Amino acid sequence: MRKLNRVIGILLALSIVFALAACGSQSAPQSSGADKAETANASFRTVDEIKEDGTINIGVFSDKNPFGYVDENGEYQGYDVYFANRIGEDLGVDVNFVSTEAANRIEYLQTGKVDVILANFTVTPERAEEVDFALPYMNVALGVVSPDSRVISDLSELTPEDEVIVISGTTAETYLTANYPDIKLQKYDTYANAKNALENGNAAAWANDNTEVIAYALQNPGYTVGIPSLGSNDTIAPAVTKGNESLLNWLNDEITALGGENFFHTDYEATLVDTYGTEYEDSLVVEGGKTN
Amino acid sequence: MPDLGLDVLFKGKNMLRLLGGLWVAVKISLISVLLSIPLGILLGIVMTFKNPIIKAVTRVYLEFIRIMPQLVLLFIVFFSTTRTLGWDISGELASVIVFTLWGTAEMGDLVRGALISIPKHQYESGAALALSPAQTYFYIIIPQTVRRLIPLSINLVTRMVKTTSLILMIGVVEVLKVAQQIIEANRMTSPNAAFGVYLVVLLMYFMICWPISMLARYLEKKWR
Repeated sequence: MRKLNRVIGILLALSIVFALAACGSQSAPQSSGADKAETANASFRTVDEIKEDGTINIGVFSDKNPFGYVDENGEYQGYDVYFANRIGEDLGVDVNFVSTEAANRIEYLQTGKVDVILANFTVTPERAEEVDFALPYMNVALGVVSPDSRVISDLSELTPEDEVIVISGTTAETYLTANYPDIKLQKYDTYANAKNALENGNAAAWANDNTEVIAYALQNPGYTVGIPSLGSNDTIAPAVTKGNESLLNWLNDEITALGGENFFHTDYEATLVDTYGTEYEDSLVVEGGKTN
Repeated sequence: MPDLGLDVLFKGKNMLRLLGGLWVAVKISLISVLLSIPLGILLGIVMTFKNPIIKAVTRVYLEFIRIMPQLVLLFIVFFSTTRTLGWDISGELASVIVFTLWGTAEMGDLVRGALISIPKHQYESGAALALSPAQTYFYIIIPQTVRRLIPLSINLVTRMVKTTSLILMIGVVEVLKVAQQIIEANRMTSPNAAFGVYLVVLLMYFMICWPISMLARYLEKKWR
């Protein structure tokens, strides 16, 4: 009997905890919605407030070479960081870099813990509901790399026997599965395995983010990027907290103005040219916020 | 000897940065441990009380902290407090809060377990020798409890040190994050650096946790 009581007690305690947890998760979206309305002004800083403070907080990757990384002297470097430093310069404030992860970028903006995210942030409709994107400064698309002996420059060149390598969970896999269900895919979990498979001639081509395949072809002679841009052309843009009109407008004006001096080409030549070469400069860089 | 890419550690200030990251991890776990032990002992004593309300409250606290993954707790303390209460706390402070809440809960349960494991006749023998309840606690119960607690609490301390690897998710740059930064910064020039750098990180964690385990073994022997 005492044993039974104890079991009931534990079950009760557990159910209370689960009930609490369930309440928490149910009320979370509601309360955050209400907060947005109430503390709309407290969760972000306007351009004037940033200038007054003298420091802008910019969220960047600290481990995505060559977009945002930390060099051997502990300094932030990369394409995004180069732009972030320019923003600080033009605002007349210091830049405080905050190391972000792919999974917490939106959260950082919504809580106002950073003013801007410049972490290789691809614009998607789902994200645009949570944060405000400024004008884009880079293009991303998928790319396909294949051996020089048989360069695939269009997916229609693939015969029914040909297989294409993808890394599981990437946009390349999703895109090919949805749009080309007839193409046979060879799926690998890691970059290293996919690379080995291509080099062993297991498949006709390898589809991945175009920046990745371009960098691969540049470092591995004997391979060519036959299709440098495939699928929906996405862009990378700075993001600010939803509703921060003041900073958003400032950033848009800044990006438009920087187009006049070809700033992002200078940025590319300073940070990305070693990885991607000059051949793709014009297709990767977006100048003045104007996509083709 | 395969190429482990260890040379990247000797570029610029990389080794110093890695040690700096280790210090961040050790500092946060040290502060949390120093706070959790006294708080946990208090909680453990409170948990042995017979009052049903106290029992229920402490039980819910303990189970809540135990069931929640530490990562979720970190996100709640770092982001949700800003969202709902407007507190803008730093990543380091959020980590110390979470690790202290977690350490106190676990420590409390260990203390409770150690206390109730002391047989009732020990208390009765104390009373039979005309010791006051305070004297019984001080001379008989506590020494035995402490001895039982040492291996368990040392295990908790080493777990706390290792779990600091999660705080990179709230923007605290500790040893593991520095390691990832070094590996990625050299992705093109030394693709094998991941092995070497992670190996060094493993050795660093070991060098922190192993002396703690040795201390536990020494104390266990000494107080037998």
